[in-house]
Amino acid sequence: QVSEAAASAPVCWEERNVTAIKGPGGRWMIPPDAKESMDRSKIGLKGPLKTPIAAGHPSMNLLLRKTFDLYANVRPCISIEGYKTPYTDVNLVTIRENTEGEYSGIEHVIVEGVVQSIKLITEDASRRIAEYAFEYARNNQRSSVTAVHKANIMRMSDGLFLRKCREVAETYKDIKFTEMYLDTVCLNMVQDPTQFDVLVMPNLYGDILSDLCAGLIGGLGVTPSGNIGANGVAIFESVHGTAPDIAGLDLANPTALLLSAVMMLRHMGHHEHATRIQTACFDTIRDKKVLTGDLGGSSKCSEFTADICHRIQDLD
Amino acid sequence: AHLCDLIPSLQMQTVTLIPGDGIGPEISSAVVKIFEAAKAPVCWEERNVTAIKGPGGRWMIPPDAKESMDRSKIGLKGPLKTPIAAGHPSMNLLLRKTFDLYANVRPCISIEGYKTPYTDVNLVTIRENTEGEYSGIEHVIVEGVVQSIKLITEDASRRIAEYAFEYARNNQRSSVTAVHKANIMRMSDGLFLRKCREVAETYKDIKFTEMYLDTVCLNMVQDPTQFDVLVMPNLYGDILSDLCAGLIGGLGVTPSGNIGANGVAIFESVHGTAPDIAGLDLANPTALLLSAVMMLRHMGHHEHATRIQTACFDTIRDKKVLTGDLGGSSKCSEFTADICHRIQDLD
Repeated sequence: QVSEAAASAPVCWEERNVTAIKGPGGRWMIPPDAKESMDRSKIGLKGPLKTPIAAGHPSMNLLLRKTFDLYANVRPCISIEGYKTPYTDVNLVTIRENTEGEYSGIEHVIVEGVVQSIKLITEDASRRIAEYAFEYARNNQRSSVTAVHKANIMRMSDGLFLRKCREVAETYKDIKFTEMYLDTVCLNMVQDPTQFDVLVMPNLYGDILSDLCAGLIGGLGVTPSGNIGANGVAIFESVHGTAPDIAGLDLANPTALLLSAVMMLRHMGHHEHATRIQTACFDTIRDKKVLTGDLGGSSKCSEFTADICHRIQDLD
Repeated sequence: AHLCDLIPSLQMQTVTLIPGDGIGPEISSAVVKIFEAAKAPVCWEERNVTAIKGPGGRWMIPPDAKESMDRSKIGLKGPLKTPIAAGHPSMNLLLRKTFDLYANVRPCISIEGYKTPYTDVNLVTIRENTEGEYSGIEHVIVEGVVQSIKLITEDASRRIAEYAFEYARNNQRSSVTAVHKANIMRMSDGLFLRKCREVAETYKDIKFTEMYLDTVCLNMVQDPTQFDVLVMPNLYGDILSDLCAGLIGGLGVTPSGNIGANGVAIFESVHGTAPDIAGLDLANPTALLLSAVMMLRHMGHHEHATRIQTACFDTIRDKKVLTGDLGGSSKCSEFTADICHRIQDLD
């Protein structure tokens, strides 16, 4: 609705469902028509998917990640004026390597009562995420990239990750490169998040930090997220849950999905449209007149949405 | 004869004091002065900890330091400098291995008068400190592919869980939360979680909950008051304990304790040696002092602990003699003297 109202953002939606189906050979896959659409359009916008309990198939998010090799999870965290948190000036981006690291899923029982879990770091994945981080910084006028690691403890694995970041940094002399231990980042982040810009890191650290930073700006209900894949595919998504208790009651807050769509527009090069929509959204929140329940108000989703649409039309 | 045994009627308990490097000696002497003012029943036995090579070429801590700790069972330690290319492992690691310091405990309580974005933090992180992601076992699989092994054992998991629940009971805390990623690391964190659940069954008076690490972080920065005692494996503990230290103002004001097997416990400040201000009477002794307060509680001296902690917090709240890092311009000795006066007034 907002994109329609926004002076017709140049987007044509193709709706698809994503449920796990069993393909030939018994392997779980996403529906062929969803895959075909994504392969053709290259750009996706996704809402929350319910997590299957004992459904016998892996999570849909995991399936999507593997299908499109979504290797980078990107979350810009910017303080929303009008939505009060203990922090006012957060403006950073977490870039998380999303294919390997601690989430390799390789675990073994060594002997009874002794279990090992394997963290895999590869040169290729590390280089790829580092390159994405620096490209992102350059394309989005960010001045620095910080590699987050624990190479003092995990000398080989995080050491490899760090080395690749340093090598890539050499080819981006216009971007400042720094390194910081993960624990130091956390210690400093909650005391002064303004010191951070773009942060790049392996999988687990990214999982933690991206949620920590979402908390700084108000939580998953207002945080945008994007997943970058190989072959030019990018899927933008809200990272909150499906909220079954309020589903269908016109009570939901569309901010997270909207800001993810704004991120998508920037990715597509439509910066003016992106800025117009984001400004309208932030103005509506700052104004506090039609806030949804989670933002402290009692308005409907449709009222919140209509307010943003009006502001966009006024901005024209 | 040892000093504490000379006048047995005073019932003084020996504590091994390791001043450390940089600002270590001056903040240690601040703590000693404050303890004197409080007439805390502690008799300090000072020892240095530097790595030496023992017979067989193995690195070890000096025998007199080990002997003192084995006898006293309680240690208070200032910051040690990190050796760069010294050829030996870090002293902290050596101490951890020597005394099997398996639990790192950090109580994080907001300090009234020392402003941070949070006012009501009151939680404790309990970190398993011997295994997990810090096993140090790594291999190159093929060129460009490296693996790092995370080890979780039933014994270490049970031990840390038991310590967490005992701590909760002994310190009147109402709940223990296990922090994990067992949805992703099903076997390793799954084992850790199972042991926590089993131990929880034997502590029905303490509420037990479980939460994903990412959810903890998301919630922690929005509302830290929802947390009480948190228990977790090594890496998660490393992260969370520093995150929580940040909530209350940083490493300069955060106490820390390490619990070992055989009744040994070493309490320590976790900030650095601050070489730039060493010897200039500018250091802030709060972190080491609050660690010493933690130590007194561990020893059962709750009244002395409370008196010293109250005096310290009052000095900070009053804002008249704050050290540089707390936003003031006073000397360490002035800050210390102020606390000593308050303690004597509290008597």
